[in-house]
Amino acid sequence: MAGAGKTPLYETHCRLGGKMVEFAGWVLPVQYTSIIDEHRATRERAGLFDVSHMGEIGVAGPGALEFLQELLPNDIARLEDGGVLYSPLLNEKGGFIDDLLVYRLQPDRYLLVVNAANTERDLDWARTAAGGRSNLVVQDESDRWAQLALQGPRARQVLAKLAREDVDSIGYYRFRPEVEVGPARCLVSRTGYTGEDGFELYCTPQEAPGLWDALLEAGEEEGVVPAGLGARDTLRFEACLPLYGHELDEETTPWEAGLGRFVALEKGIDFIGRDALVAKQEPGRCLVGFEMLDPGIPRTGYELTVHGRKVGQVTSGTRAPSLGKNLGLGYVPVEMAVPGTRVWVRIRGEDREAVIIPTPFYRRQRTRLPTKSHDSN
Amino acid sequence: MYPEELKYSAEHEWIRVEDGRGTVGITHYAQDQLGDVVYVELPEVGRKVKKDEPFGVIESVKTLSDLYAPVSGTIVEVNEALMDQPELVNQDPYGKGWLMVVEIETPAELDDLMDAGGYRKSIGAEG
Repeated sequence: MAGAGKTPLYETHCRLGGKMVEFAGWVLPVQYTSIIDEHRATRERAGLFDVSHMGEIGVAGPGALEFLQELLPNDIARLEDGGVLYSPLLNEKGGFIDDLLVYRLQPDRYLLVVNAANTERDLDWARTAAGGRSNLVVQDESDRWAQLALQGPRARQVLAKLAREDVDSIGYYRFRPEVEVGPARCLVSRTGYTGEDGFELYCTPQEAPGLWDALLEAGEEEGVVPAGLGARDTLRFEACLPLYGHELDEETTPWEAGLGRFVALEKGIDFIGRDALVAKQEPGRCLVGFEMLDPGIPRTGYELTVHGRKVGQVTSGTRAPSLGKNLGLGYVPVEMAVPGTRVWVRIRGEDREAVIIPTPFYRRQRTRLPTKSHDSN
Repeated sequence: MYPEELKYSAEHEWIRVEDGRGTVGITHYAQDQLGDVVYVELPEVGRKVKKDEPFGVIESVKTLSDLYAPVSGTIVEVNEALMDQPELVNQDPYGKGWLMVVEIETPAELDDLMDAGGYRKSIGAEG
């Protein structure tokens, strides 16, 4: 890949002492002070993340809904204006090309928010699927959007200080398109990737640095900290939110990944991958969470074994900062997917004992949220 | 950041030599690069280690790294406190965050190591 991209907040991160690393073709901070501190601050107060690397694909035109219904397995017709839906993006075999969020801006205008590393592939896939349709435009809008995530129990108080309208009334997996927040005009979305309450704010690249500074300043009293990719990963891991390239790939179906609730087989539309998913409805393996009983930290790619025989593979693992345990996610044969079942992790040639436990590892104490809640991952 | 009385290896270990024994740890630079240390795996007392060969593993939230012996010798002590408090490596890399003590087999090997100035230069920390 030619030189990694800089988000509009690159200089801001450097000024704040961010330790910059390359991720999915972008230079982003892995941490500012400490992954553990930033993780805990987000769980206890709030963290501010630059997620401008995420890709945005616009789908517009009278044929937009029909097209998305064929492209995606979730039921896009369920969306109203201001609604957000999580969906897999599948190949013909029912394997993940990506996972994404669909925003309905208007009845014939949608925004897909996709993983940075997959943006081009998703675009190619969508355009191929769109074929010669003349009632539709599929457009890469990634350069037009910066994205900041404000996540944590105090996110709502902090955003309320800056927003010129009541953002706390935005329900879970809902958004409002044009909200004045400090110096920026934002699409404010009640979504996130941390397991906490919070918001994702989409604005122009030009407005992003001013918005970032305003959020940190407004949040000083509440103890908001800038947080890097490292904490974003440990937070999503504890909440067992899947990460493309780890839990999800082209060989993995939503059934295996435990994401069947985002597949609407009965929506009455023959979407890409549907036939394969119908045929694969009883998967041989599935995603489980496990806790190490022996010392050691499970890492991506380590083998899972039983009696020395390989039964699966670790997809993610670390020492969970909020839980103080060495935990992992991985695929095992379905008959093993029962909490309490012993499994071993091959760490440096040695099989170390672990036990399958319920997921998610971490679930926040839910505070009451206004309006109806939507399905989400 | 890099005490003058220590010797340093290219693999970012330090060694403090007293009476033919060397206390070994990782440098400030190494702990900073790793980030929050959450797990340290050390060999048993009595095991022999060889210069430039791995003797253990140190893991942070995000990554892991082999630990390389700066000299050959026999391990006479390991820092048991790190089992419960691996963060000592971050907090006090030259003190409470030490890793092991070795009975040095070949003192001449120490001549291959860098002094503080040489190490600072090697990590680009000078000037």
